[in-house]
Parts: sequence; C-alpha cells; structure tokens
Amino acid sequence: MIFFVRTAPFLILLLACLGAAEDIQRFPPPDFESGYVMPATTTPQPRAGWLNYLDLAVLFTALSLASYLVIYKRNRPGIFALTIFSLLYFGFYREGCVCSIGAIQNVAYSLFHANSAIPFVVIAFFLLPLIFALYSGRVFCAGVCPLGAIQDVVLIKPIRIPRWLLQSLGLIPYLYLGLAVLFAAQGSSFIICEYDPFVSFFRLSGRLNIIIVGFSLLAIGVFVGRPYCLFLCPYGAILRLLSRLSLWQVTVSPDECRQCQLCEEACPFGAIYPPTPEETQPIRKNRKQLAMMLVLLPILVALGSWSFSLLAPTFSRTHPAVRLAEDISLEDSTHSETYSDASQAFRDLGQSKEVLFNQARNLRNRFSWGAWILGGFFGFAVAFKLIGLSLPQQRMDYEIDNADCVACGRCFSYCPVELKRRREKKSSRSAPKDQTIQEQ
Amino acid sequence: MNKNAKEVSRRSLLAEGIRSFSLLCVGGFAGGMMGRSQSQRYCWQIDPHKCVMCGICATHCVLEESAVKCVQAYAMCGYCKLCTGFFDPSPQALNTGAENQLCPTGAIVRTFIEDPYYEYKIDENLCTGCGKCVKWCKAFGNGSFYLQVRHDRCLNCNECSIAIACPSEAFQRVPYDEPYLLKGTTSKG
Ligand code: SF4
Ligand code: SF4
Ligand code: SF4
Ligand code: SF4
Ligand code: SF4
Repeated sequence: MIFFVRTAPFLILLLACLGAAEDIQRFPPPDFESGYVMPATTTPQPRAGWLNYLDLAVLFTALSLASYLVIYKRNRPGIFALTIFSLLYFGFYREGCVCSIGAIQNVAYSLFHANSAIPFVVIAFFLLPLIFALYSGRVFCAGVCPLGAIQDVVLIKPIRIPRWLLQSLGLIPYLYLGLAVLFAAQGSSFIICEYDPFVSFFRLSGRLNIIIVGFSLLAIGVFVGRPYCLFLCPYGAILRLLSRLSLWQVTVSPDECRQCQLCEEACPFGAIYPPTPEETQPIRKNRKQLAMMLVLLPILVALGSWSFSLLAPTFSRTHPAVRLAEDISLEDSTHSETYSDASQAFRDLGQSKEVLFNQARNLRNRFSWGAWILGGFFGFAVAFKLIGLSLPQQRMDYEIDNADCVACGRCFSYCPVELKRRREKKSSRSAPKDQTIQEQ
Repeated sequence: MNKNAKEVSRRSLLAEGIRSFSLLCVGGFAGGMMGRSQSQRYCWQIDPHKCVMCGICATHCVLEESAVKCVQAYAMCGYCKLCTGFFDPSPQALNTGAENQLCPTGAIVRTFIEDPYYEYKIDENLCTGCGKCVKWCKAFGNGSFYLQVRHDRCLNCNECSIAIACPSEAFQRVPYDEPYLLKGTTSKG
C-alpha cells in the first residue's frame, strides 16, 4: 500500500502526460448511490448596485452642505463636523473607493478607449465637485474629500512655509495630473490609486511602503497644512483652476478689512495674501517682465516636450504588454532557458508573438506622443505660473486667493471685524425684547 | 470711485463669461461622457482558463487576507480517493493528516461520501488563494479547483493590485451583475 502511495504520483504523472494540457475530465464524476447531492459553487454577490447611487446622493448632499456652511453660514465647527462625517463615510465605510481623485483616470481611460464604458456614478463623482467649484470654490476639499479630511484632523501645529517654496512645490500636482492621465489613457496603470498614501489607513491594510509614505505624510501634516493637497493632489490642480472662476468667493470677512494682519497668520495653507503696497513697481517694468515671460512660454513648452520625450521609453515600460514583449525578445535573442512569469504564461497560452510585438510597437509610439504632450503641458504650467507671478497684482486688503484656499474656514474666527459682526448678529436676535423693555 | 466701480463690473462680467463658458464645457463633456456611460458597473474577476496559478493572488491584494479564494466546481470533480489537489505529491498516508496535505493552511475539507468517493470542499476562512491545489488539480486531475475573486470580500478597487501584477492577464473586469466566471459554465469549461 505504502509503495503504491509513493509511486502513485509518478503513475499519474505518466497518465497526465498522455492527456492534453487543457482540462479534460480525466476522472468522470461518479454516479452516487448514497443519495449524495452535489453542492453548487457559491457566488457571494458584491455590494448591491443601488448603494452606489446612495454614495452619489451623499456626495451631492455633502457638497451642498459644505457650500452652505462655507459661503453662507461661515461656520468652522460645522465644516469640521462635515469633514469628520466624510472621513467616516467616504474614508472608513467606503474604504476610499469610489473617489473623485481616482475618477480622473477612469475618465481619461474611457476617453482614449472608444469601446470602454464608464459607469455613470464614476462620471458624476468626477464632475460634481468641479461644478460646485465653479459656484462656491473648493468646497469639496473643505469637507467632502476623505484624503483632505484625514490630513485636516492631524493639522495641530501649523507652521508657516515660505511662499516661494509653496509656489514651486505647488507645480508638482500638474506633473502628477499629466502623468496620471498619460498612464491611464494608455491603459498601463492607474497611478493615483496605486500610490494613494492614505487609502491603506481606510482599509486597515496595504503595502508596507505605501503605509510608510502615508504615515510620513501624516507626521509632516501635523505641522504643514495638508501636504498631499498642497504638493501632490492632481484633482486639486483642476479644482484650483476652476475655483478662480467661482461665483461666490470665500472671504475672510464679508465686511470691511481693517488690515490687522491677523488672518494672514491664521491660514495654514498660505492662501491669504497681504495688500499690495500703494506704489508698486512702475507699470513699464511690469510690462517688460510680462513680455519676457511671454517669450519664455514657447521656450519652456519646447524644453518640457523635449526633456519628457527622452523619458518615453521608460514610460512605455509601465505597460505590461510592452514589458512582456521586451522580455520575450530578450529571452529569444539570448536563447534563455528560464522565462519570466509573464513570459512563461504567454508561452503556455500559445498566443502569437507577432500580435504582441505589433501591440508593443503601437504602444511605444503612443507613449512617445504622450510624453511630448505631457512635457509641453508641464512646461506650459510652469510658464503660466511665472506669468501669473509677474502680472501686476492689486489687492486693497488682505485677500484670500481662491485657488489656494481649501475653504477650511479656519480664518473666519480670526478676523476681529467678523467677530464683531457675529456678536451683533447674536445680540440682534435677542434685541426686540430688549428694545421693548427699554421703551417701557 | 466711479472708475473703480466700472472696473469691478467689467471684471465680474468677464468672470461671468468665463464661468458660463466653463460650465458649458463641463456640461458638454458630461453629455459626451454620458453617451458613453452605462449604468452598469464592473468588478474584477479571474478568468480561470487564463490563470497560471502563479501565487501572486495570495500576496498582492490590498487586503491583508486576499479577496481571491479557491473554489470547487463540484460538477467537474472526480471525487477521487487520491486527490492530487488535496494530497502532498508524496504523502505518508492517504488520510487527512496535515503532513499529507498539499494545502499549506489545511483549507481543503475532505469528507467521505461512499466508497471510493470523497468530497473536497474549501474552507474559505483558511484559504489564502495561493493556488497550489489549483495547479496540481489541473495538472493531474479534472481541474475542478480554480481561483475566483470572492465578492463578499473584494473592495472592487479602481485599480486592482493583483490585476497589475498578474502575469497572464487573467484578471479582468466583468459586469457587476455577473461577477463570477464559473468553470463548467464558461465557453471553454
Ligand atoms: S486637494 Fe485633493 S486631496 Fe486635498 S482635499 Fe482637495 S481633492 Fe482632496
Ligand atoms: S478658509 Fe481658506 S483662507 Fe481661510 S484658513 Fe481656510 S484655507 Fe486659509
Ligand atoms: S495573479 Fe493571475 S495568474 Fe497568478 S494566480 Fe492570480 S489570477 Fe492566476
Ligand atoms: S492550496 Fe492555496 S488555494 Fe488551495 S485551498 Fe489551500 S490556500 Fe487555498
Ligand atoms: S479589486 Fe482590490 S480587493 Fe479585489 S482582488 Fe483586486 S486588489 Fe483585492
């Protein structure tokens, strides 16, 4: 018996070699006499579909509520409460998926893949915060985005960051946005999701390196306001642009500014700018600077395009098909005996190498185009920033820059004029009674 | 003052114009996308005919305990006494002793039915989705064990980490209402 057991595998091995590699019914299922009933394979279903519409409804309500709290109520505690709710709902309950930031990639992917369908809910998640930004600024960042929320709650001891550093690091999101769109459009990967630093906290598990990055960002976030939002978030880059146009702008105080400078200290994100000095540089000098920047623009665009085009081969290797094609041609040319996992799988399936190589060639082509465009885009973003900086600014008072402001509401209670207004509002509510007493 | 007011109104008119334009763009974009959109959502699943049981499923899922588990297609199973998916290639004896089992976590439950048949069922709480049993079952048996994304566990990530790592493009998006690619019911099975 033992002998049989020891040799059985080898016998079966022989048997198996006789049969084909595809699954065949080597051992036909038996006819049971004992009345045994074969169980069916269970198929536990995913979360019910209508719940996705619930997510959408929650998003819409939260955005409306955030607008109301930021623009009309001007109520920081309310905004903070909403932030906590969003952190719990979109963060811990929905485990960070579906999210507006990641939706950039689904949209880019489906724009470049004509036959792919994108779920309605994902489009809505992408567009709703943008539409709200056109009306009330970055209210999405204020109290709805779970990534913003987790950073907002750890911001305990904000320090001031030099403006030049903010401005220059603030260019990274455009690069990140460009890369994310490039990789998604080519179908190689969704980098925003892959490198999302906080989603592992929401899921309470994840890759170690990402968890370390997440922890470091949160540690930095104790002192530096929302580091991910300021220096990385690609969706924030779009929101910035749109919030410049918003109908109702976030203000420190709706009343007259007394230029007490208190609010500038209050904003952890450097979004409040001091008034410009009465006599700034002579207009002529400004014009000259601007003209120089306008000349610089095409140069920067060309430089960006050229330098990124050098990276195109590296970019293209992010696509699995390109990697596989390279592996296979390398293995074939060196007559290698050992194959990589992917190559082994490809060979086992017996697919055509010609088709694969063609696909890889196409992809490389598209990547080289993509890299040119991405480089141009980034060069444009840099030039645009420089132009913006050299445009003559006119600020009478301390003013919020709507693009920088994440509408957190921290500054509201720092403004003495605003505090006075609140006191008056409160007392005017109880005023009628007082008046009648006085009249008597 | 007058000049200032004029400037302000000119500015706000400009802003109004740009805003309306952007809104139009967003609206047009939304319309265009909606035309392409479907209320249908997608989720991830493994095509068992493409899977090469490389073991990546066990380690690359964003969940600590992978959402991928082994399942049994009972209708394809031979109910063999000597199950090559269950027993270690050179077992000490044909019983359920841990030293005889192929599965590193002992997730396969072997139950006697009638001579000489045994039922093999996966205890999903123990299975890590390593694919060892699948490999051996496919090589020497009927191939009734196979890996599937279990949707009571899967978070349906926008970008599934296993899909990125899977060497055989076995990970694909399937319609939300039919989230399984069951063996024996798909074309090749
Ligand atoms: S900047 Fe990005 S991460 Fe930060 S709150 Fe806004 S959308 Fe969220
Ligand atoms: S509301 Fe805007 S300006 Fe005020 S503190 Fe928050 S981010 Fe800064
Ligand atoms: S990663 Fe792909 S090939 Fe490997 S076990 Fe999972 S599905 Fe199969
Ligand atoms: S061998 Fe691996 S895949 Fe098979 S049951 Fe055990 S843990 Fe699951
Ligand atoms: S979609 Fe996410 S949870 Fe599901 S199998 Fe892939 S990585 Fe795991």
